[in-house]
Amino acid sequence: MDTVLNTPQAAAADLSVSDVERMFVEEAALLDEWKLMEWLETLANDAMYLVPPLDMPDADHRTALFLVADTYTMLKSRVEQLLGKVNWAENPRSRTRRLVTNFRILETAGDMARVTANFAVWQFAREQTNAYVGRYVHTLTRDGSHWRIKERRAILDMEALRPHGKLSFIL
Amino acid sequence: MNNPEIAGLVQDDREGGTFRVHRRSFVDQDVFELERERIFGRCWLYAGHESEVAAPGDFVTRRVGGRPLLITRNKQGEVGAFINACPHRGNIVCREKSGSARNFSCFYHAWTFGLDGGLISTPGRDAYSEAFHATEHGLTPVPRFESYRGLMFVCYDSNVVDLVTYFGPEARLQIDYVIDSAGGQAELEVVPGAQSYSMRANWKLLVENSIDSYHGMPTHQRFFKKYLTDLGIASNADQMAKPGSAGRSLGNGHGVTEKPRHNTALSMGAATELAAQRQLIEARHGAEYAHQACDFDRNIFIFPNLILISTWRTVRTFYPVAPDYMEVDAWGLMPANDSPELRAQRFQNFISFLGPAGFGTPDDVSGLEGCQRGFGAYHEAPWSDISRGMKREAPIATDELQMRAFWRRWHALMMGQTGNTQCGDRLELPAAETVS
Repeated sequence: MDTVLNTPQAAAADLSVSDVERMFVEEAALLDEWKLMEWLETLANDAMYLVPPLDMPDADHRTALFLVADTYTMLKSRVEQLLGKVNWAENPRSRTRRLVTNFRILETAGDMARVTANFAVWQFAREQTNAYVGRYVHTLTRDGSHWRIKERRAILDMEALRPHGKLSFIL
Repeated sequence: MNNPEIAGLVQDDREGGTFRVHRRSFVDQDVFELERERIFGRCWLYAGHESEVAAPGDFVTRRVGGRPLLITRNKQGEVGAFINACPHRGNIVCREKSGSARNFSCFYHAWTFGLDGGLISTPGRDAYSEAFHATEHGLTPVPRFESYRGLMFVCYDSNVVDLVTYFGPEARLQIDYVIDSAGGQAELEVVPGAQSYSMRANWKLLVENSIDSYHGMPTHQRFFKKYLTDLGIASNADQMAKPGSAGRSLGNGHGVTEKPRHNTALSMGAATELAAQRQLIEARHGAEYAHQACDFDRNIFIFPNLILISTWRTVRTFYPVAPDYMEVDAWGLMPANDSPELRAQRFQNFISFLGPAGFGTPDDVSGLEGCQRGFGAYHEAPWSDISRGMKREAPIATDELQMRAFWRRWHALMMGQTGNTQCGDRLELPAAETVS
């Protein structure tokens, strides 16, 4: 099934699965290339970045302790820290390689859409290899002719961050 | 490993003011095996919080000190801790992390146990002889299980002193400060969302790190100088390096760092609600107690592997799977009477610094893993220095008395000593160090 359209006015003409694929793939390229300021510009300026707790993948960040629940201000700070010199966990930087696939449109409603994709992010740093596996659920909002990410939810499938120990880059 | 070898692992010169630990302590398989026996086999270990099994039938399963445990609340409301291995052939009986149950059935041969651990049914019971007594085949209770104000502990040595005696009066008071800083009589609860992670480092590095204010500014400058600034908050965390802060031994290896409360998104953003909670504490416990409970950030270490951090309201414990690898578990322990808004702010505050994706913890993980890699050269570069503040009249939070206290207790237990250990820098002050 390519799409799940919940509303009659579903903007299928405005947003196709190949649009969604292009969006995810380009986002992955920016993140893997550490073009983080450029990546930040693809988000809505009130966007949230969320990584739910591993034992509660469906939780709400207001009622559960998330791994990440960044407002845009916090996310911008995160990006600037990652690009700075005193983020010891990412200095020297990790190499990452994202494999993003299984694109679907979950829902569209006017100027909003919810889209999903699966990911496997490989991380290499200090002679260690870690794989982060899960799915994205992004809420998009239409900004003129563009769709921007309003909520970016990266839901991990692992039961624990072991042996990873940390999540020090943007998933 | 013989005692002369262990004796040489810690060099403690109280007179001269030097203290160093041999890095073999962090890498050696024999040291690790002995720790499992003499530290983790004999000390009280944090197992969970009673709010996690709030109602009759509630249960949690987890590894504590390497053992699989099943903690239940039975129909009478009593909490019990059992080895989560079938007494019949050993299979893990309950495979869920948490939930509510009427009984527990081991799928292997379908032996079924009650919430109190008792054996309820055995398929084909008539095949067993008269010598088989069901009462002898229930789930194995842990040798010792006690709670203190909601905090549940287990010990695998049935001869251990009771939990309150194990804490001693000073560590107990520190725990009380954290619990009472919830506000008046408010209960605490473990909040949804557990943090389960790891470090490729020896567990004792995380003991040191958890009560080490000296690393605060160099390691965590991006939090204090960048992140807080970006949120419009003026950091005053440099107070930790000034008189008014303290690093203290609390007896028998327990220790604490106390710092005048530093500004966070929570302290600035929820000032009114926190002030209201402070008033409740003052009304109930008096002004000085409220000052201690509310106006300081505390990192409390309960020997051998429990950390309570008041700033973020964190409970953290860890256990070595190997000399160079530990598993870490952390939870938020927050006032049950928080408003939804305050609770959301506490979540935000906690994860802004602490946890595997915070703006603090990943740098600690990276640093401790770096230490462990450095220990690969323990033959050539054998000593870690832990002498900071050793001759200071009243050590401050950026000194290392609280770490020396840990190491002195660790060393005494590893040497096979029993009874109390003098953990302070000066032996002539036994009163504060004695646990009767």
